[in-house]
Order: sequence, then structure tokens, then C-alpha cells
Amino acid sequence: MDFRLNEEQQMLQDTVARLVRGEYSFEKRLEYSETELGFSADFWKQLSELGLTAVPFAEELGGFGGSGVEVQSVMTELGRGLCLEPYLQSVVLGGGLLDHAGSDSQKEQWLSGVATGELKVAVGLQEPQSFYNLNDVATRAEKSGEGYVLNGRKAVVIGGHCADLLIVSARTAGDTRDADGLSLFAVDRNAEGLERRTYPTIDGSRGCDLFLNNVKVGTDALLGEEGKAGPIIEYQAGRAIAALCGEAVGAMEEAIRLTLDYLKTRKQFGVPIGKFQVLQHRMVDMSSELEQARSMAILAASVADNEQSDERRRTLAAAKNVIGRAGQFISEQGIQSHGGIGMTWEYNFAHYAKRLIMINHQLGDDDHHLEQFAGLLRAAV
Amino acid sequence: MNLNYTAEELAFRDEVRAFLDDKLPADIAAKVKGFRRLTKEDHQRWQKILSTQGWYATHWPTEYGGVEWTPVQKHIWDEESCRYGVPRSVPFGVNMVAPVIIRFGNEEQKQRYLPRILSGEDWWCQGYSEPGAGSDLASLKTRAVREGDHYIVNGQKTWTTLGQHANMIFCLVRTNTEVKAQEGISFLLIDMNTPGITVRPIITLDGEHEVNEVFFEDVKVPAENLVGEEDKGWTYAKYLLTYERTGLAGIGLSKAALEHLKGVASRRLKNGRPLIEDTTFSQRIAQIEIDLMAASISNLRIIAAVEGGGMPGAESSMLKVRGTEIRQSINDLARRAIGPYALPFVEEELSLDYDGEFLSDENAAPLAAQYFNNRKLSIFGGSNEIQKNIVTKMILGL
Repeated sequence: MDFRLNEEQQMLQDTVARLVRGEYSFEKRLEYSETELGFSADFWKQLSELGLTAVPFAEELGGFGGSGVEVQSVMTELGRGLCLEPYLQSVVLGGGLLDHAGSDSQKEQWLSGVATGELKVAVGLQEPQSFYNLNDVATRAEKSGEGYVLNGRKAVVIGGHCADLLIVSARTAGDTRDADGLSLFAVDRNAEGLERRTYPTIDGSRGCDLFLNNVKVGTDALLGEEGKAGPIIEYQAGRAIAALCGEAVGAMEEAIRLTLDYLKTRKQFGVPIGKFQVLQHRMVDMSSELEQARSMAILAASVADNEQSDERRRTLAAAKNVIGRAGQFISEQGIQSHGGIGMTWEYNFAHYAKRLIMINHQLGDDDHHLEQFAGLLRAAV
Repeated sequence: MNLNYTAEELAFRDEVRAFLDDKLPADIAAKVKGFRRLTKEDHQRWQKILSTQGWYATHWPTEYGGVEWTPVQKHIWDEESCRYGVPRSVPFGVNMVAPVIIRFGNEEQKQRYLPRILSGEDWWCQGYSEPGAGSDLASLKTRAVREGDHYIVNGQKTWTTLGQHANMIFCLVRTNTEVKAQEGISFLLIDMNTPGITVRPIITLDGEHEVNEVFFEDVKVPAENLVGEEDKGWTYAKYLLTYERTGLAGIGLSKAALEHLKGVASRRLKNGRPLIEDTTFSQRIAQIEIDLMAASISNLRIIAAVEGGGMPGAESSMLKVRGTEIRQSINDLARRAIGPYALPFVEEELSLDYDGEFLSDENAAPLAAQYFNNRKLSIFGGSNEIQKNIVTKMILGL
């Protein structure tokens, strides 16, 4: 058994780490965050020039044919730098859905652009009433002539404000929460009837709610078979969970490094506060939460590309549950260990805390995944 | 044993309710209940109403214009205030510096400052913490050197809440470096408009401007602004901190926040049903409500002891820890209740004047920010670690 990355994987991670260290200072991140784009177009370009946006795709698309492990390595470093670029949305989730469900011609049309970074995709799977249940879809796609008419609203589409292509789930059959009857559509950013309400997010990123008012699309916008998208969405959300686990681990590592530094340098009562046992033990608890999270992230990456099974479902639910709890613990205890300074905008710790808490609000929080796991208890081998 | 209010206390509660029904401005209550931003003007408007009623200075003796409510009456006022959405009085003047002036100040200081606090003419802020003196407050370095009939003050204070609105600041300053840290501290009242004072905002992680840094560069303070004796400020500071601590448990605020949470959870959906009917979520709410019930009785036990002539001791430290943990848990659940909508940060929706359509619903907008903002509860007013140290020494004798 070997938990180490192989040489190529390590090189990949080092490449991203170097790039992030060089280009993504805390001050620059705040600047990127405040632009209308919400991230650095230049950094995105550098990611693509190094082939990083092509990591998960087949070699004929110019990709690396990378697995969940490679994707997670990239995400870990992006997480360490609190990077705002839409890697998860466009490359992992958007690219994943196109790769999984798209026809050859759709892949040619869109996926090659995703791999080169020229085409940015955002994915709308949630709705105002859906909470974290991705089958809870009220948006409808009605057959009409040579295509479909879409009506509905997709909630909290991160990166949706600037995406060139939007992939949305819509119901072509069944009732609102049926697993069957879901379809995926690729909608051009300029489609008539598509409206956005854009906003910054509390963790420094940007997104929008999408309003689809009689948006007409052709049959060539349908990804995969009509009504059969449920399992594809579930599978790709699972891959994205493994990627998010990587991002969270990178962010947690940095959050812990910052806290540890602070305990060593901040003096009160004549000694570094790290001399106080209550803070030492808290730091130990934070570190062991990180180890738990790291273990589950590794496990998640190792099953991310497996064929769907209850075992894969269980593992990914468990991983996201651990990550959610560890992220919250490290954020809250890290702020507390810092005291007031941990609450300020000017110091980077708070920004890690905000991102980690918000990772728990993406693709299901720890409660959601506890329920998923509990529902599969009897499926355990 | 009798856990009920007396007939007089019930009559007092009716009086409080009648007053709040009649006089509490609806727009201010809506802001408080919806966790919206309050302006300086909001605070001042409400203070005028309270002062007119004679209910502003609940901790003061009547001879200075206070109310002299019993501990139970104060508790009733606190409970009803939270229930109605009364803004928390900005405490630095009325509940912090005033008790110190009343106890340790001279007659001139009482005559000068107390009426101005009652009328709202002075807005006070607190100059305690420094960049190097947080939990270890006694290590503060801001210097005050006596020159003739003035002190010359140099140094820096931080975490000065609402200092941007203040025209007065009470400061702990070092007047003697030759003695033990606690013995060389004095308590000075400083006019914020004195040349040499600079206020710089500190923006918190939720984007709010609530706290500030205050810099002092050769600030000339009249010696008559010294409270009590030189070098005895630490005694006054500790006296003030006991006032600060009572009420930090925020039981009434937690009750109001719990009601708000239930409202949010009733309107949010999970699998087509209100979230409050969901097993996981309802049990999480229930657990907090049970803990709050216990803390609320603990609070009453302290109040009853004080009513019987006792002093609030280290029990209030225990209650501060539990109370703030409970409130933070409620904020945590409220953030969880809005699911994916915790991410959008639509600042304009935080203003009560916002008349556009809400992205999600009007209750969702401030919840994630509030969760982050209230991480301060376990840090300020003596961090929870410091409170536990007090319990360790004072109650457990360890």
C-alpha cells in the first residue's frame, strides 16, 4: 500500500503550487475578488497554458487523462491559495458533464474549449426549493418543434455571471423530486430569455441565479438521453465532491499553518500564547481534524472515477461529511485562537474560514451527507 | 421554592409591554428583528424615547436620573426588549463609564458627564484593548505623562466598537512604569476631538465597519479628566468589567434569535416540506432550545441570588461561556437553514430601505454574515478562555 503521489502526480501538484505561490498573494486575491469578473483572467490563462484545465480529459482532446487524484492535486493547491478561478465549475463539473453525457459533436463543439480554458462553463443544478437534493428540479423543458422550451430558475450558479456556456438540469418528465425524467441542456450565455441576477458570494467569489423564461434550445442542446440525466448528475457531482475535498484540504492546511504561526509569535502574559495548554490542545484537535479530512479526501479521490456503486456513494458522502465538519471546526477554533485579529478583513485567516464554511454549503453539507450515508447503511458490505 | 413572578413583577411586565407597544418605532424593531444594520440616528432616536420615559439608565441610582430597578425587573426588561426587537443600548456610556464615574468620580465629573449621557449629547467608546494587550489587558502600553495641569497621551487602542460615532473615549493609560503592571494604570476621560487623535476603521470579515483603531499622538488631556486616583485605574477597570460581563450571556437575545431561526426553518423547504419538520434539523433546533432553557434558568438563579443581596460572582463567567456558545449555535443553524443561499452576499438587501426583490427571502440575506460576525461573542468582553480561567480560580480553586 502506498499513499504517496507518483512522480508525475507530484510534479503536477508542485507546478500548481509554484504558480499559486507566485501569482496569488493575499493582496492580489482581494483585488481579483473585487473585479467584475471576480477572478484573474491572466491566472486562468496561465492555468490553461500549463495544460491544467485539460487535466481530466482524454488525450485526443489535448488532455492528460487524469483521474480523481490528479484533479484533487490541482484543487488542493488552488485551495491553499484561495484561488477564485472557476476550475471546479468549468473543468471538473462542466467538463465532466459534457464528457459524460455529450455526443461526439457536442464534445468537439464545447469540451475542447473547456480543456483549453477558452470556454468557461457554469453548471446550474440547484433551485430555490431544492436545498441540497439535486433531483428536486421544478425547471421544465417542454418539447416544441425541433427542440425544447425551458422555464424555471436555477439557484446559486457559481461562475454563472461570466460563463460562456451554462449547463442546466430541467425536467422533461415526472414530478418535481423524481429521480427519473431529468435532462441536461447546454444553454448559450446569450440565449434569448435567459436572465441573470449576479452577486458576490460571502467567500469572495461571484455567481448568479439564472432565470429561464421561455428559453428556446435545439435538440443539439440536449446532453445525453432525454429524461436520463439523473444518474449522470449524481455521478459527476460525486467527482466534484472529491475535487472540493482537495480544495478544502489545501485551505485547511494553510489555515492551520497560519494559526500555528500566530500561536508561536503572539505574546500575552510575557510568553507566546502557544505556551498555554488550552491553546496547545486546541491546535492538536485542529490538526487531527485535518488528518481525518486528508484521509477522507484521499479516499474520495481514489473512488471518484470508479463505476457508480453504493460503495462509491457511501465513500463520497462520508468524505464530504468529514470535510464539512473539519472545515467548520478549523475555521471556528482558528478564529478563536487568533482572537479579534482572526475576525478582520485585512488578515487572511478569516478568508480561509469563510471559504471553508462555504464549502460545506456546496454539493451538500455534513447533515445532508450524513443522511445519504445513513440511507446506505444496509448497503454496507 | 417558587419560580413565578410576584404580582408586582407581573404588573411591571405589563407596564413594560404597554410602553413598548406604544413607543417602540416599528422600523427600528424591524431592523433589530431582521438583523439589519442600525444607524447612529436609529440608536439616538430610541435613546431619546427611553430617556423621556426615564428608563435609559437602568444601572444608575435615581439621584442621577437612573431607574434603580430590581435585578428581576432588569431581567424582565431585558426579556421583553429582546422579544420586541428593542435595539441594545450602546453600553459604553450608560452601562460602563457611568457606573465608574458614579462610584469613583468626583462631583464635578458626575455633574458634567452623567446628564450628557442621559441626554445622548455624549457618545462614549471604550479604550481598553491594545494591539499588544488583549487577554493580557494589564500589559497595556499607552502612556500618559503628567505635564503641569495636563496629561500628554501617546499610544494606540484597538477594537474600539462604534468609535467612529463617539465624541468621548474612556481610556486605560499607563502613568507609572516603575511598578507592577496593574499598579501603574490610570483611568482617563478623553474628548475625541482633541488634536492628535486619529480613528481608523477595522473592517471585519463580514465587511462591516463596527470596530476601530484609535491612535494618540501627543494628545493633551486636562488633568481634571482623571477618574479617581492616579495609578488606581486597574481597580476601576475591573469594576467596569463586572458590569460589562453581566448581560454578555445574552439569554434574551438567544431567545429572540431562536424564534427567528424557527421562522426561517418554517419557510425553507427540504424535499418539499418545511425544513422545521425535517428530523435532523428539528432535532438540532430542539437541542439548542433545551440548552437555552437550562441556561435561562441558570441566569434566573444568579438574578435571584443578587435580588437576595448577593453579588454576581464567577457564575456569570460560566454563563457568559454557555450563553455565547448557544447564540453561536443558533447562528450556525440559521446559516445552515438557507442551504446554498448562504453563499450569495447581497449587501443592499441588508438595508431596511431596500425595496427591490429579495434574492431568496428577506430573512436569508443577513444570516451567513451574522454567523461570521458573531464569532466575536466568544472573543470579546473577556474571551471565553479568560472566563474559564476566572472559573478555575474563583470557583474551583485550582
